[in-house]
Amino acid sequence: MTYTLAGPADEAMASTSDTLIIAMIVVYSVALFLFAVEAAYGRRTELRAGKLMPVTAGGQKGEDEDIHVNVRTTEGEAKAPQNAVGKIALGVTGAGFLMSLVQLITRGLAAERWPWGNMFEFIVAMCLVAVGALLYASWRYQARFLGVFVLVPVVLLLGIGVRWLYVEPGPLIPALQSYWVPIHVTATIIAGGAFMVSGAAAVTYLIARRAEDKRAAGHKVSGVAGRLPSAELLDRISHRMVLFAFPIWTFAIIAGAIWADEAWGRFWGWDPKEVWSFISWVIYAAYLHARATGGWRGRGATWINVLGFVTVMFNFFAVNYMFSGLHSYA
Amino acid sequence: MSTTTSEASTESGGSSENRPKGLGLTGWLRWAWRILTSMRTALILLFLLAVGAIPGSFLPQNGVSVDEVDQYFRENPDLAPVLDSLYLFDVFSSPWYAAIYLLLFVSLTGCVIPRAMTHVKALRGRPVHTPKNLQRMPYAATFSTDAAPGTVLEQAKKVLKGYRIEHYGDSVSAETGYMREAGNVLFHVALIGLLLALAAGSFFGYRGNMLMVEGEGFANTLPSYDAIYPGHWTDTDRMEPFTLQLDDFEVVFLEDGELRGQADSYSADMTYRESPEAEEKTHELEVNEPLTVDGVQVYLLGHGYAPEFEVRNAEGDVVFDQAVPFLYRDTMSFTSDGVVKVPDTGGEELGFTGVFLPTATEDGQGELVSSFPGPENPVVTMEAYQGDLGMHEPQSVYQLRTQELEQIGESTVMEMGDTWELPDDAGSVTFSGYSEFISLQSNRDGTRPFALGAAVTAVGGLLLTLFVRPRRVWVRAAEREDGRTEVVLAGLGKTEVAANNQEFHELTTTLAGRLRNSEPDDGPNPSDPQESTNTRE
Ligand code: HEM
Repeated sequence: MTYTLAGPADEAMASTSDTLIIAMIVVYSVALFLFAVEAAYGRRTELRAGKLMPVTAGGQKGEDEDIHVNVRTTEGEAKAPQNAVGKIALGVTGAGFLMSLVQLITRGLAAERWPWGNMFEFIVAMCLVAVGALLYASWRYQARFLGVFVLVPVVLLLGIGVRWLYVEPGPLIPALQSYWVPIHVTATIIAGGAFMVSGAAAVTYLIARRAEDKRAAGHKVSGVAGRLPSAELLDRISHRMVLFAFPIWTFAIIAGAIWADEAWGRFWGWDPKEVWSFISWVIYAAYLHARATGGWRGRGATWINVLGFVTVMFNFFAVNYMFSGLHSYA
Repeated sequence: MSTTTSEASTESGGSSENRPKGLGLTGWLRWAWRILTSMRTALILLFLLAVGAIPGSFLPQNGVSVDEVDQYFRENPDLAPVLDSLYLFDVFSSPWYAAIYLLLFVSLTGCVIPRAMTHVKALRGRPVHTPKNLQRMPYAATFSTDAAPGTVLEQAKKVLKGYRIEHYGDSVSAETGYMREAGNVLFHVALIGLLLALAAGSFFGYRGNMLMVEGEGFANTLPSYDAIYPGHWTDTDRMEPFTLQLDDFEVVFLEDGELRGQADSYSADMTYRESPEAEEKTHELEVNEPLTVDGVQVYLLGHGYAPEFEVRNAEGDVVFDQAVPFLYRDTMSFTSDGVVKVPDTGGEELGFTGVFLPTATEDGQGELVSSFPGPENPVVTMEAYQGDLGMHEPQSVYQLRTQELEQIGESTVMEMGDTWELPDDAGSVTFSGYSEFISLQSNRDGTRPFALGAAVTAVGGLLLTLFVRPRRVWVRAAEREDGRTEVVLAGLGKTEVAANNQEFHELTTTLAGRLRNSEPDDGPNPSDPQESTNTRE
């Protein structure tokens, strides 16, 4: 029987990391506010044709000759509220993202290990991925309009993390001292972050869809809801994020099974955490199926997507606290 | 939208209208089969699979922890039998859960095999004939060029790199992304393979739990286990004949800071033989380092203390001298409970219940508690019983049957080496030291590699399904009245991801650009309409 000393290996790193996380919450809140200003007051601007954007019918310039394009699409217009404030919001979000990266690194240095070994670190890393996915979507799909919807859960989760889940950086329990942490846990974090953005886009879709229906029924839709881009476009972004996250989630489950096989002597034991990962996986598989099933595409499929993220969050919070199992390291 | 998608949906959508009216048994069967293999049914079954799993996480499961199930029965004596009759403590081996996933897999087979056959045909075939009216495609672009139709089609073939191309008169028909469908079939088939591997594993393998005190050995036979869960067809008389011995066990605890008391590492020095004749080998067993012996995996699950007791009878003869494993209440204090049973005293049988505190400390109220999991100040307190232990009936080694026993006294706090003289001249008990024990699990499952193979194949198939974009492109080039060539490029994405008009549009602009650039050298003289007609194939 021997003893070792615990506690942060590097106090300076630990306090840098703790300060940064508070700063991140402030910065993201500012960005959230600015995004909200853009959503409410930005001018509805046609999005450039490009990735995920419809090529619209009519004449298209192909340098010097006219190319006449005829597309059969049921899509609504691809317009989103935009103004300069939104660009600033994006910049502020980018700054927050960089701070988040530094926070992660300093936390890792402080604990002298991979910085995602407990619930606090996990949720912070997942928010990092979600913000990264938002930045990617803004760059690739011009989806800056998702800013508000992604940053609300990010700020909330970071707040919950700091307020209730915080633990000092330190060594891990033996079960987590394995090279599977960077493999399995990283995969769940990446998938979780992307599912989060997908869920945010799904909620936005449901709002936009309601606005479209109301408008079709002849009512006027005012406020942010009436200024969202077409539901079709939101649906497509949401789908893209699931396409990205679902194989990673699948991989995470398999990697987890291999790890469980090494650590606990069985690769699958229906432990509550495993059950809920499986439930999430099945729900996202159902989502992908629903999009290919008549009558389910659109609202039905989107609700399944939202449900999927609810189960991911349930797995994270409830399973760690409510159930006793090998995975409960709350 | 995609064609595959709409094909799948018409199939399911039509099912209710095509309900058989007095079609006899085959008609009904065919109808049932069509319903079962529809996408809608697959969706519902997937939901049921998810919903059905929920009670498996809320209620304790026999497959995970029998003790917790027993506890649930004790705490909810009225509700538990009802839940049990619904198999809710064995959700994942219950008939109703099996019904869900078996139906799902039948549905899957019925869905995927026809698709696979269609796909094989498509793989052998050529790209379809160019439709008459390309304007009806989801994407169609029209432009005119001075290049001759033949040149246009030649250039189109170059632009459509990676497509399978067929020339039909004044047009080319091209298709790509065949791997998507193959991937989809592969994915679904791999899921069936995974299920089969899991089933085979549970029928032929076994899993067992055992406990070893430092210095003790273990032979892999049925009676050596504390608990064993063999599959239906496992031959438990012929288990792998290995033996194990625990030489030493060491835990490292964190001593400082917020995490004081948390374990930092465990390691168990093991000696083992594959069979009685085989040579002896050693292995350091750690949490993420199982031992593989003769195809069986042996894992470290937990650990605890086994205080050693020496019991003497009234005559002063030693009637018991061994380490007794005590089970801990929690991992932060390692306060542990155990039972010592001494049936052979020469007189009345003796029994003890004991509490072991590895680091005994007085708390604020003067109660003795353990403040650290490591053994910094190990003590034991005991209660002694005399009478009939009831050993003729099977019973747990961790519980004392007190019905036929009479309590004869309580000890004071005993430190190592202390002896307690029992009341009524019943003898004495000495707390002579302690060892550590480990709990182990052994697992024999020969299908693990197949399960892994199936899972990896599934991921591969999934990636193909999700990211390969099957699409068709047609280019038609025809000469117009004014001598210029009218080019129509139409595109059809067969899945949603492939139905990206932007991509077809890029093909159009690339083609238009190439034709413009190639005009001076390989195109015929644009000012002479006659000549361009001649080059037409
Ligand atoms: C164990 C259950 C199943 C799982 C986990 C599963 C999972 C999946 C996944 C992840 C996809 C990819 C979706 C996409 O392309 O976006 C897919 C596609 C598909 N699955 Fe399943 N599936 C299951 C059972 C079934 C069953 C029972 C059927 C038939 C009734 C079926 C028919 C299909 C079809 C037709 C597609 C292609 C959809 C398309 O063209 O977009 N699957 N499945």
